[in-house]
Amino acid sequence: MTRKLSSLAEPRLLLGDEAVALGVLDAGAAAAYAYPGTPSTEIFETLEQRAHRHGVTAHWCANEKTAYEQALGASMMNARVLVSMKHVGLNVAMDPFVNSALVGIRGGLVVVVADDPGMHSSQNEQDSRVLADFARVPCLEPADQQEAYDMTREAFAVSERFGVPVMVRLVTRVCHGRSLVRPGPLTGGGPVGKPDSPRDWVLLPANARRLWRGLLDRQEALRDWSEGLAAGVRVLGPQGARTAAGGEGGGEFRLGVVTTGIARGYLAENVPDLDAPLPHLHVGAYPLPAGALRALAARVDRLLVLEEGYPFLERQLRGVLPGTVPVAGKEDGTLPLDGELTPDSVRAALGLAPRTVGAIPEGLPARPPQLCPGCPHRDAYEAIGLALQGEETWTVTGDIGCYTLGALPPFGTLESCVCMGASVGMAKGASDVGVRPALAVIGDSTFLHSGVTPLMDAVAHRTPITVVVLDNETVGMTGQQPTVLPDSRLVPIVLGVGVDPNHVHTIEAHPRNVEAMAALLREEMAYPGVSVIVGVRECVVSARKRRSGERRAAPAPSAGESAGRTTDPVASGGEP
Amino acid sequence: MKADVILCGVGGQGVLSAAGILAEAGVRGGLHVRMGEVHGMAQRGGAVQASLRLSDAPIAGELVPRGTADLLLSLEPLETLRYLDWLAPSGWVVASTDPVRNIPDYPPLEEVLERLRALPRRVLVEAAAVARAAGSTHAANVAVAGAAARLLPLDAAVIRDVITEGFMEKGVKVVDANLKAFQEGMRVGAPA
Repeated sequence: MTRKLSSLAEPRLLLGDEAVALGVLDAGAAAAYAYPGTPSTEIFETLEQRAHRHGVTAHWCANEKTAYEQALGASMMNARVLVSMKHVGLNVAMDPFVNSALVGIRGGLVVVVADDPGMHSSQNEQDSRVLADFARVPCLEPADQQEAYDMTREAFAVSERFGVPVMVRLVTRVCHGRSLVRPGPLTGGGPVGKPDSPRDWVLLPANARRLWRGLLDRQEALRDWSEGLAAGVRVLGPQGARTAAGGEGGGEFRLGVVTTGIARGYLAENVPDLDAPLPHLHVGAYPLPAGALRALAARVDRLLVLEEGYPFLERQLRGVLPGTVPVAGKEDGTLPLDGELTPDSVRAALGLAPRTVGAIPEGLPARPPQLCPGCPHRDAYEAIGLALQGEETWTVTGDIGCYTLGALPPFGTLESCVCMGASVGMAKGASDVGVRPALAVIGDSTFLHSGVTPLMDAVAHRTPITVVVLDNETVGMTGQQPTVLPDSRLVPIVLGVGVDPNHVHTIEAHPRNVEAMAALLREEMAYPGVSVIVGVRECVVSARKRRSGERRAAPAPSAGESAGRTTDPVASGGEP
Repeated sequence: MKADVILCGVGGQGVLSAAGILAEAGVRGGLHVRMGEVHGMAQRGGAVQASLRLSDAPIAGELVPRGTADLLLSLEPLETLRYLDWLAPSGWVVASTDPVRNIPDYPPLEEVLERLRALPRRVLVEAAAVARAAGSTHAANVAVAGAAARLLPLDAAVIRDVITEGFMEKGVKVVDANLKAFQEGMRVGAPA
């Protein structure tokens, strides 16, 4: 296997996700694991397309935890490896993630996590930097697509240098923004082989105490590393008028700004309108570079922190005791605590006059997303609605996928959507306290991801619930990735955990079957035990792609040789 | 020189494809290019919006500040109204007049069009008719891109090359239809 050339022949217009994927290939990774989830999906899709050519093992996994554990095994054998996921996926992978900080990481282990501030396609806007800090692992935060490429490569080297996993934290605008990315030379990892010190991989208490101490002892070296990456203070805006910039507090400047990640661009957007020089420090790596931050603070009367996500850096600067330099940001209301940063919100935070904007007519009707015409989920919801007619108390718990739209008109069927697999456990809990019939609606991929274990609980306690598995034979919302197992395995799994075969049914989710499916539901809702109804029909988008023989078609002119982009806008993105 | 463009429409209309074509033409023209896309849930027949920024100088980020877009390129009349706050006072609107009525409370079309006609700098395109005449109803997005082409710092010949290469995988007929739609869009579209 010889790999001399970079995965990219020349600069290309790339999504941040694509840039990460190419960075992984150019860093010589041997394996990659993922579960689809917006805005991270295109990382793995791009890798998968090129994996064979590069001799890389690339596997979609059952969920983020299993993906992470496979990555850990590869790293233990000294291979460079990627695991990628969306932010809430890291919650699923938290157990291996946190513990992997203690073991003796060998081959670079890079975990790329895509946060979704503004919740374009997610149920929360948690900030993964907090979790990197929690696990005490270094974190890199790209400000643009070029940095997404460069930092991903860097992350492998850092992981090997310090013997820890390294997080690359992306946000939606980096993942799904496009700009020109210039590739670097191809590098590689070491030879595959078993660890010399196997005790570094066995977290028995005696070993774990030693390894935890070792991780804590390495924090100083990690801080030195991030300190070295901090770019130092640059003075932006009109130069030469320093005296005018001086504050009443005696600082050299009235205001200094700290940015992290993409906030740097939003600041740059407003620099032409600054009327005074503004010292600026950009932070792209954590643990945070305290020395560089102190150096900036020493020159200013007040600090403004601009960061996408939680006020993570801001809180560390602010603390709870009075500081020498007041800190403005999200916690004092200078910027909103929720939603995405924008060039406009940063403009306001800088105290610049708002721009004149055109008026949007009042009362425009919203255009929410909806299930595709002909979608099999529509028929399942018709049937559930019909089956529940006349019931006095009932609940239908929901899950994560296209079918979550069943909570909206015209269906209004689902009463919950919390996290992957929650529908099954929540239906059991509702049933346990007497709200019956209790239905759980869950997609095939979500069921395989996290729905089987709560089903075991229901079987163990013979809880009256009816689980409706919507089997469209694909991971629909994120762009028709294959489910980890074929749909033919669903019923054997259900039977295997012990659901009574007399109460397991498969029916085609089709307009002509709505009555029959409703009848089946009524029958099983009356049964005082666990029942499972699998509603089967292929996703209409998958079917269309299959028929036109263009699965994963990539006619995007901008994508060209490099990109794994799906240009059918219906086909890309979405919550798993 | 810079051109900041907001593109909008309804999921499935080809907003991202149109943006991709113009972006690639910008790259080939030696410009700095940045593009912001929204993938995911909104695309299920919902409102879709993208940004495209072309400049001869480095560009700070994907997002266009409100009140500064030079062009609002819209594939759907009602969606056009949703993004008017992005437009610079001197900005142009190039919009399709063909409604996508996938919501129960779509206002009377004439009211929507009346608002569009009242805009000082606008080009309204009967994009579906142009695309149909060109040979593919799917080419309406390219027709609107054609109508906007003269407002952008892009070479029409380069855009045609990008269209040709980009759609080649789908066959010569699709390429021809898109080229025709682009050309006719340019003809009925914005003056230089």
